[in-house]
Amino acid sequence: MISAPAKLATRDLDLFYGDFQALQKVNLEIPSLSVTAFIGPSGCGKTTLLKTFNRMIDLVEGCRITGEVLLDGEDIYHSMDTNFLRKRVGMVFQKPNPFPMSIFDNIAYGPRTHGVRRHSELEEIVERSLRNTALFDEVKDRLRHNALSLSGGQQQRLCIARALAVEPEILLMDEPTSALDPASTARIEELVCTLSEHYSIVIVTHNMQQAARISAQTAFFLLGEVVEYGPTTQIFSDPHDSRTLDYVAGRFG
Amino acid sequence: MHAVRERVAALLFGTAAVLCVVAVVLICLFLVINGAPALIHEGIIPFVSSTTWQPATDHYGILAMVVGSLYVTAGALIFGVPLGLLTAIYLSRFASPRIRRLFQPLVELLAGIPSVVYGFFGLVVIVPLIRQIFSVQGMGVLAASLVLGIMILPTIVTVSLAALDAVPPAYYEGARAIGASHERCVFTVIVPAALSGIVASVILSFGRAIGETMAVVMVVGNNVRLPTGILEGVRTMTANIVLEMGYAADLHRSALIATALVLFVFILAINLLFSLVRKRVRS
Ligand SMILES: Nc1ncnc2c1ncn2[C@@H]1O[C@H](COP(=O)(O)OP(=O)(O)O)[C@@H](O)[C@H]1O
Ligand SMILES: [Mg+2]
Repeated sequence: MISAPAKLATRDLDLFYGDFQALQKVNLEIPSLSVTAFIGPSGCGKTTLLKTFNRMIDLVEGCRITGEVLLDGEDIYHSMDTNFLRKRVGMVFQKPNPFPMSIFDNIAYGPRTHGVRRHSELEEIVERSLRNTALFDEVKDRLRHNALSLSGGQQQRLCIARALAVEPEILLMDEPTSALDPASTARIEELVCTLSEHYSIVIVTHNMQQAARISAQTAFFLLGEVVEYGPTTQIFSDPHDSRTLDYVAGRFG
Repeated sequence: MHAVRERVAALLFGTAAVLCVVAVVLICLFLVINGAPALIHEGIIPFVSSTTWQPATDHYGILAMVVGSLYVTAGALIFGVPLGLLTAIYLSRFASPRIRRLFQPLVELLAGIPSVVYGFFGLVVIVPLIRQIFSVQGMGVLAASLVLGIMILPTIVTVSLAALDAVPPAYYEGARAIGASHERCVFTVIVPAALSGIVASVILSFGRAIGETMAVVMVVGNNVRLPTGILEGVRTMTANIVLEMGYAADLHRSALIATALVLFVFILAINLLFSLVRKRVRS
């Protein structure tokens, strides 16, 4: 269906929270350098699947996984260092979560974690990351100010910059605009489009128009299953499954 | 009927509140009025800056006691803060829920032990230990610091633990998602995020340590002199008051009350600092 070589792929992925099965036989191939959207009603497992891609799911006690998640063909649950995996697969959360420290230190946190010590190098990384998220001109005079003093939209762009600072290959975004106003949302959408030239992006969204606007392919989830996965235009204009049609037509929430 | 009951309740609670305030004001007045004669006799500056404490010749300078108090308090913080803070970090972020359920009440139990028991512990365990190790008499700054260091543990642990527990999980997740290990995340994100609460715990225990009397009197040696080493005996402001109050009269008695006034000013300054820190947390 999607022919580009898969950056990230799942094979028969099942996930259980205790006895509750949150993901069922998920088989997805996520291509390189493009935007992939996950849509579906609340509780259908979008966040859960996203967290399996960088093994943040490991932090959930009593969670069990079978099947495979392949990053460039390599199973990330098989002898891969999770901290190094998370350097390669960055994540942006639903609610902006900058650390309560300076803008500079927020962005330098990842590089420092992964061994960058030289200040000049850190300065370069901070500036580049801020430019990449179109934040540099807004904050260049107050890099030493607390990140919590920024507006919500700026905070979210800072979180994106923080994730980019360790030069990930994939960026996972879990409803990154759901807590933001329309203007900030538009800026982030624009940003996602430009970033997809250099990063493979997976974005969860509740907003159907958003998925239609920014993604190349879309996966529709229901009750832990992938109902349909294909080019975004096809999913929205000519879905094969009647449940997809009902959802994109707004007939259930 | 309802309205009457509410008014009676309001009156009752209001009276209780007023009584509390009156008590504080009365204590202040008592300290100032009764301490004034000694302060006037010596002058305020000489009173706190002279080391000569000779009631027999009506010379009252409390510098030795002020320094003594600050020494043992600083010593208590040096022992108690690292130990208490590490305990709080361990309980908040490393211990299993079972360990935490066991340890936390035990630490809090420390707060309920009467100070005379701490003093006794210091006297029969710590002082002999110091005597053996350093071949000195044993009572002094070090002994008092150790005893006070243990006494402030529950304050440090409880207040710091609450601050660490209150750090939003989103910070932890954010740091882990960039590839920080659990330990790195705790020490570079969570502890700094809880810093104002941790500072508050230190300030509170400073107040507790400088005001402690009974446990200190039992192990500190009580010599009136400027200490030159941590093994020497000193006298704290609190010890000075409790040791001489029983037989003091006139100007001597007034000088002791003025000592309490100085202590009161220290506590007041600490409380002010504490509320400043708390205000910074809220904004
Ligand atoms: N930590 C957890 N423990 C148990 N159940 C969970 C946990 N997290 C999510 N779930 C359940 O898994 C399902 C999928 O959740 P989630 O992935 O958050 O859905 P979505 O992001 O699509 O709204 C939901 O039914 C949710 O209640
Ligand atoms: Mg979700």
